[in-house]
Amino acid sequence: MTSKTITASVYDWVDERLGLSELAAFARHKTVPVHSQSFWYYWGGISLFLFMVQCFTGVLLLVYYRPGADAFESVRQITFVMHFGWLIRSAHSWSANLMMFSILVHMFSVFFMKAYRKPREFGWLSGMALLGLASVFGFSGYLLPMDELSYFATKVGLDIPSAIPWIGPAIANMLRGGPDVSDFTVQRFFALHVVVLPALFVPLLGFHLWLVQRHGNAVPPSEEAKPPSERKSMPFMPNFLRKDLAMWLISLNVLALLASVFPWALGKPFDPLAPAPLGIHPEWYFMSPFEMLKLLGVVLRGEAGEIAGILLFTIGIVLWLLIPFYDTQKESGRRSRAAHYFGLLAVFALLATTAIGYWTIR
Amino acid sequence: MTQETNLSPNIVEEPGEATTRRFFLAAAGAAGLCYAAALAYPVYRYLASPEEMAMEATAVTEVTLKDAEKLPLGSVLMFKFGSAPAMLIHHADGRWISMTAVCTHLGCTVQYEPQADRIHCACHGGVYNPYTGANVSGPPPKPLKLFKVAVNTTGVDVSRA
Repeated sequence: MTSKTITASVYDWVDERLGLSELAAFARHKTVPVHSQSFWYYWGGISLFLFMVQCFTGVLLLVYYRPGADAFESVRQITFVMHFGWLIRSAHSWSANLMMFSILVHMFSVFFMKAYRKPREFGWLSGMALLGLASVFGFSGYLLPMDELSYFATKVGLDIPSAIPWIGPAIANMLRGGPDVSDFTVQRFFALHVVVLPALFVPLLGFHLWLVQRHGNAVPPSEEAKPPSERKSMPFMPNFLRKDLAMWLISLNVLALLASVFPWALGKPFDPLAPAPLGIHPEWYFMSPFEMLKLLGVVLRGEAGEIAGILLFTIGIVLWLLIPFYDTQKESGRRSRAAHYFGLLAVFALLATTAIGYWTIR
Repeated sequence: MTQETNLSPNIVEEPGEATTRRFFLAAAGAAGLCYAAALAYPVYRYLASPEEMAMEATAVTEVTLKDAEKLPLGSVLMFKFGSAPAMLIHHADGRWISMTAVCTHLGCTVQYEPQADRIHCACHGGVYNPYTGANVSGPPPKPLKLFKVAVNTTGVDVSRA
């Protein structure tokens, strides 16, 4: 038997049991629309790639990380003692930030292409849930080194839920594991970050990806208005896959460059008696909500301002979440103006408050 | 729907194109290998860090045990020689003996038993002579290695024989 016939018979053996040829046939027939906005199709894939980087580097960090009282010391060891530990930690942090960025780009492109409309409502909702989980990933992971900045960021961050009337303080204490950020907090954030969140995120991601296979890529209304004969598409295998992988390679290069040229810093070990360091501010992806709450606090003083801020914020998020259910004009392919302007307003508000936030760091 | 296909089967490859294609594939393969190596090397070194630290520790040739000269007769002090456990025995007759505490059979840590005047490995019942380190009975294939001992007023120096 030549090697070719051996390969063929092994393939047949597996195929008979797992149905590989059905999958191959599915992949052969899968196409991706080609139009002026096709570029935005890559951002979901980029987010997926960066999530895989997170899993890989996260497991490597887990090899030496010790939660609890030893947390800072173990991160110090990873960063300064273990060979290339600084690089792996830096890649994990940078990739987390890049992933947040690409998820946001993906979300806004879906929003403006109206890709949330029937039958893709579950795609939108699961995507928003994934964004929510990614933010909790970011927030919990930020505390794990237990340096000065992460200590204060968590302290301030957990003060926000404690402003919710009646149940707020109990929620905050439950998350903190006590009235103050301590070794207990880092221990439970660790459990959240490496067990609970991945256990929720991975199946949800599978669902999200399955929906994309089921419904295919959405096309923007301008494309939908064209007669089918004028629409173009390319085969997924190998044409789009090749481009997708090229985007992954570019992402890997950008990540490698950022992680090695700008290694992620490790601050001083946290000290519950030390004053907050000057210029302390939330991560960029939390800057906008933080600044919005701050601005509302200026308009409405005291507790009323905090509650109004949280309320307004919640309403905004709910409106954003429910967009597939009130922006449903699909048949005409015409843009629903109101939803479009709501999207522009959201982008403007995010950018403006982020800019103000950075501008006013003292 | 029209399809934009790059590789339709009826395109005939020119002989020159085949060479270009082969060259491209070889270059892409080489680049892929470079990437794999650039990823694998830091990951390997990262995971191997403790091993390398242990290797540095085994380079140790002498250990000073502070205040060990006060060790009572008929007792043992366990300590680390480099990265491996070792023992310092102060025998009832006043002799000082030091040897590695790693059983030569399967690497368990052995135990000095003053009553039986022997060194015993609980894993598979190996027995060693507590003065010479010789393997007396049980599965151990080799004796325990002895260290040189120098007792002074501030402690005990143990060094490779």
